[in-house]
Amino acid sequence: MLGPDDIRRLCRLARLDISATEIADASAKLSSIVAMVDQLQAVDTAGVVPMAHPLDRPQRLRADVVTDVDRHELYQRNAAQVERDLYLVPKVIE
Amino acid sequence: MHTRTLAQLSADLRARRVSATELTKHFLDRIARHDATLNAFITVTSEQALAAAAAADKRLGRGDATPLTGLPIAHKDIFCTAGVKTSCASKMLDNFVAPYDATIVERLQNAGVVMLGKTNMDEFAMGSSNETSFYGPVKNPWDHALVPGGSSGGSAAAVAARIAPAATGTDTGGSIRQPAALTGITGIKPTYGRVSRYGMIAFASSLDQAGVLTQTAEDAALLLEAMAGFDERDSTSLDDAVPNYSKLVNEPWERVTIGVPESFFDAGLEADNAKALRVALKELEKLGATLKPIELPHIHLSVPAYYVVAPAEASSNLSRFDGVRFGYRSAAKADDLLSFYMRNRGEGFGPEVKRRILTGAYVLSAGYFDAYYLQAQKVRKLVSDDFTRAFREVDFVAGPTTPAPAFGLGQKTGDPIQMYLNDIYTIGANLAGLPAMSLPCGVVRGLPVGLQLVAPPLHEAQLLKTGHYFQRVTDWHQRVPANYA
Repeated sequence: MLGPDDIRRLCRLARLDISATEIADASAKLSSIVAMVDQLQAVDTAGVVPMAHPLDRPQRLRADVVTDVDRHELYQRNAAQVERDLYLVPKVIE
Repeated sequence: MHTRTLAQLSADLRARRVSATELTKHFLDRIARHDATLNAFITVTSEQALAAAAAADKRLGRGDATPLTGLPIAHKDIFCTAGVKTSCASKMLDNFVAPYDATIVERLQNAGVVMLGKTNMDEFAMGSSNETSFYGPVKNPWDHALVPGGSSGGSAAAVAARIAPAATGTDTGGSIRQPAALTGITGIKPTYGRVSRYGMIAFASSLDQAGVLTQTAEDAALLLEAMAGFDERDSTSLDDAVPNYSKLVNEPWERVTIGVPESFFDAGLEADNAKALRVALKELEKLGATLKPIELPHIHLSVPAYYVVAPAEASSNLSRFDGVRFGYRSAAKADDLLSFYMRNRGEGFGPEVKRRILTGAYVLSAGYFDAYYLQAQKVRKLVSDDFTRAFREVDFVAGPTTPAPAFGLGQKTGDPIQMYLNDIYTIGANLAGLPAMSLPCGVVRGLPVGLQLVAPPLHEAQLLKTGHYFQRVTDWHQRVPANYA
């Protein structure tokens, strides 16, 4: 069972604001999801190699050379606030 | 004209029975007429479509056209399209204009395909009913009170209502196959790595794969052929040569053995759905297939394994949305950086996306990692090994795509577990990275249901050919909802 404190802790870890009214709902629904995935605990997996990925092949490497061109002006068009090519965020140091 | 398949329209364009411009106008008109009801599109790109159609007509005139030149299709709004809003159906990306094209968008565009617009979907592809979209739910063309399935619900509804001849989609746990089944169309998720993920907004990177939703398996072959293949911009892209799918589907039928897991016919499957499936399997038998009962002993664990692995990967992938470089930024004044991030994300994401991020954060957090995440990866291996073992004896694994036909809008939104169980038959193929296809195979209570075929890695050609032969002797895929015929 995930209580309101657990939800608040997870929200902080995940950088998610949550309103007081959302907490009860998140607590109930997350608890039911965790109860469902708890079925996994009963499975005997001794000696089973965890499968992180369906591709059973070595990862490719490429030459360590620059292949991209500078397109920062285009990319920064999607930013909320830009000044002198820099992304702006709230001031955090006085 | 709107009920013709891509293959037929391709022949029409080449024989000058219709121009790409006429075809594009025809479908844009249909979208204008029907989409206020269906809500299948987030963005309709009329101007670009007409320009692309004019270019296609020139190319057809010059004689350097490909089989796809001039065919209009829709893209799921998860694929980046340069200069066009790419929202992933989230408030977070409501103002995002992609600075580049996804590889599949670029490849189809180079082949001369005309983009009609971007289709509605579950927010960040997280959902099985298209109800988590920031832009509202999509209606099922068979009955507007029902969901079309998800997450590629807009793509499925658009093709089913014939307001687009075909559409792209993505499938992380069933997001192409489930909506295809619930709307009576064909949908294929290729082998993991077969189609580039570059420019496809990530949900769960080890599960996500792009594919298509079409009227027929033959059309799926035509589109997939142009989309698949190595892409150096996707580090998990397979470099195996792409077979000539559209030619191969018409080659002579080879005898195949189809494995049928009897556990798929248990109480979880609606009785009439099971009946339709048995009839479809009989049809394949008449074509010369041998049916063989098999067992997938761990398949019932695929839903819990998925709901650890997918949210864990999602929580990492979605950490990029911080409101700094792109995406939603809260209007409220933040005192510090932490509350700034929390506000942007708290206001930008919808409830289901938040639930998945929180689930992911939980299973990855200190003290729970081994018990949940690592254990789920081990169970994933067991599910995958079951398929490997089955494919030593059979060519395909067959089963239902969904437990029942389409359900009502709002019917399952209150209970995430009920919603998640919609994907009980489809998730296994994602965990194992296998190609899988849903074919319309019958009608239950007046609503379409699907037959799912799963194949060994890179056996898309065999899968599509079987689908094509099945569709030569059945007509479920030709049925169009009454309001859209």
